[in-house]
Amino acid sequence: MLSRRTFIKAGLLGGIALGAGGVWYGATRESAPAGHLPGSTRAMFAAITPVILAGSLDEGNGPVERVVDGVERAVAGLSAAAQSELGELFGLLGFYPARLLLTGIGDWRLATRAEIEAFLDGWRLHRIALMQGAYAALHDLVLGAWYAQPESWETIGYPGPPEVK
Amino acid sequence: MTIRDPMGDGIAAGWKVLDASLPDAPRALEADVVIVGSGAGGGIAAEILTAAGLEVILVEEGPLKSTRDFRMREAEAYPHLYQESAARKTRDKAINILQGRCVGGSTTVNWASSFRTPASTLAFWRERFGLADYTPEALQPWFEMVERRLNIGPWQRAPNTNNTLMRTGATTLGIPVGEIRRNVRDCWNLGYCGMGCPTGAKQSMLVTTIPSALGRGAMLIHRLRAERLVTAGTRIDALECVAMEADGVHPRPIRWTLRARHFVLAAGAIGTPALLLRSKLPDPHGLTGARTFLHPTVVAAGRFAKAVHGHAGAPQSLYSDHFLEQLPIDGPLGFKLEVPPLHPVLFSTTLQGFGDEHAASMREFTHTHAQLALLRDGFHPQSHGGRVALRADGTPLLDYPLNEPIWEAAARALLAMAEIQFAAGALSVQAVHEQCRGYTSWPQAKEGIARLPMKPLLTRVVSAHVMGGAAMGASEATGLTAPDGTLRGVDNVSVFDGSVFPTSIGANPQLSVYAVAARNASILTSRMTGKPAPPLA
Repeated sequence: MLSRRTFIKAGLLGGIALGAGGVWYGATRESAPAGHLPGSTRAMFAAITPVILAGSLDEGNGPVERVVDGVERAVAGLSAAAQSELGELFGLLGFYPARLLLTGIGDWRLATRAEIEAFLDGWRLHRIALMQGAYAALHDLVLGAWYAQPESWETIGYPGPPEVK
Repeated sequence: MTIRDPMGDGIAAGWKVLDASLPDAPRALEADVVIVGSGAGGGIAAEILTAAGLEVILVEEGPLKSTRDFRMREAEAYPHLYQESAARKTRDKAINILQGRCVGGSTTVNWASSFRTPASTLAFWRERFGLADYTPEALQPWFEMVERRLNIGPWQRAPNTNNTLMRTGATTLGIPVGEIRRNVRDCWNLGYCGMGCPTGAKQSMLVTTIPSALGRGAMLIHRLRAERLVTAGTRIDALECVAMEADGVHPRPIRWTLRARHFVLAAGAIGTPALLLRSKLPDPHGLTGARTFLHPTVVAAGRFAKAVHGHAGAPQSLYSDHFLEQLPIDGPLGFKLEVPPLHPVLFSTTLQGFGDEHAASMREFTHTHAQLALLRDGFHPQSHGGRVALRADGTPLLDYPLNEPIWEAAARALLAMAEIQFAAGALSVQAVHEQCRGYTSWPQAKEGIARLPMKPLLTRVVSAHVMGGAAMGASEATGLTAPDGTLRGVDNVSVFDGSVFPTSIGANPQLSVYAVAARNASILTSRMTGKPAPPLA
């Protein structure tokens, strides 16, 4: 695991990299059909979803896939400007050198829960607003995609909308 | 039980309603008046203008969804009915803004809370902005007219538990609580006002003024983005529009040109200034988009032994103005206390943290009571609000720096809410802040909240009220618009939405928008027809 000091340093550099994300993005963008996320972005969400939803999501890949599908739909409904900003963030998180620098994670599929928690917590309380904003986007997308789904409602006792007729 | 869907019924009967995402050819249309935006201001103006016999075209960027489309599901409501999928953010992303974008605008998705403009706000407008005619007495007939039209009155049912808990705690502490009036008729008390009323009980523009205007021959064009006003000398000759794709996100390469004798802007306090900026109209004092206010709102959640079911029942029925009235209006920011409905997506994304900690809070979902403190911005000498600017693609972006007067009030508000929640019997309280782990007693909360750093993106700040950016004022230096809402510097444009307010309202703004729009649309109507304007139905 990264030491706190290394992380802060990486974060600082990362913040600069994120600011210049447009340039990086051009070099790193993977193409995906309209309304879909590139494979590397889906892999990132598949890795962070069980961590963000720990304690709520059952073990197993089924719900994770459905959350990632929900994230994909949510992103497609955002403004063009927000989609473009997220595209830059996803591009960086899908690009090995940038990802390693920003998150300390080499491969999403091999990352441990502790590594992902450390990366999320680091961004959450980061002193660079851009990183905090990026954390907030991941937070809102994953939680929103899960709690939009009826299968999540029973975990919190929400009965769902009443019937109107 | 009654279900009303006048839009669905009227379209079946042949009303002129066009969906701009469908036709593949450019269009040119003409009317007496083109209204941009179908929310509170545009809806009221459409009814008054058409009642006087004027031909009206109503333009809406969002989609037409009506009673039978509303299924009370957040996954559908936010992308369909809200600006930027309910994720519209200020420039630094520190404030999330809930604002409608659909036929009916924010009236389709608001929580039905109806307050007249506070007398203290109007006094400030008269004193600082020269709006001499804006007295409670002079506005009273306009308030009465829209209240009658929209059935605004006392809430007839018992407040839900979520609201009642605020009253219990406040009363214990000697803090007065009032009852909120609501614009509903035969309300089912379901609690889903924010996702579009599934019974047509909420008297939004969707079931009142827009159907009445369409019934008199007005045309509604939805999924059409108003891009630019085109000038010819000192007059506006046309409104250039661009059709939107059905996804509501991407513009299509199909342009519409709308001509009219007069143009009414009612695209909301971000949309209207943005349209003016894109149109590059004269603005010698740089007022377009300036002083945009949000009632920046902070949130506290309390957990109770008994079930609260904050998703069910009228979302807002009680409020407290105690903390608005304690200090001078231009002193440290006062705040209004209210209660929000709790639905899974809105609540889970607002709540800080992730993983086990977040999941533990969510397991208490049905036992959670939340409070909101709406900070009254725009009165304190250092509360300048934000400024609307344009992104490279022409869409608006609000820059709203959260400064010291806001943070000072935010900390006071979090304390006030926590104290009320503990007084109501909360087992624990969470200030919605990234560094708050929750408190189990009032003394612990008092100490803990005082130590929370009040900073952007750490303290959760949200908004559902956007006001200002095209303020009315007696002089050219203070008002982009005149006291009757006409835009200075051109001959034939009026602004009839919340962007004309020179400060925030200090209360949920829908009734202020309705009344000021009714007043100013009536002045315009009589100017255009030479006869007194007819009252609202």
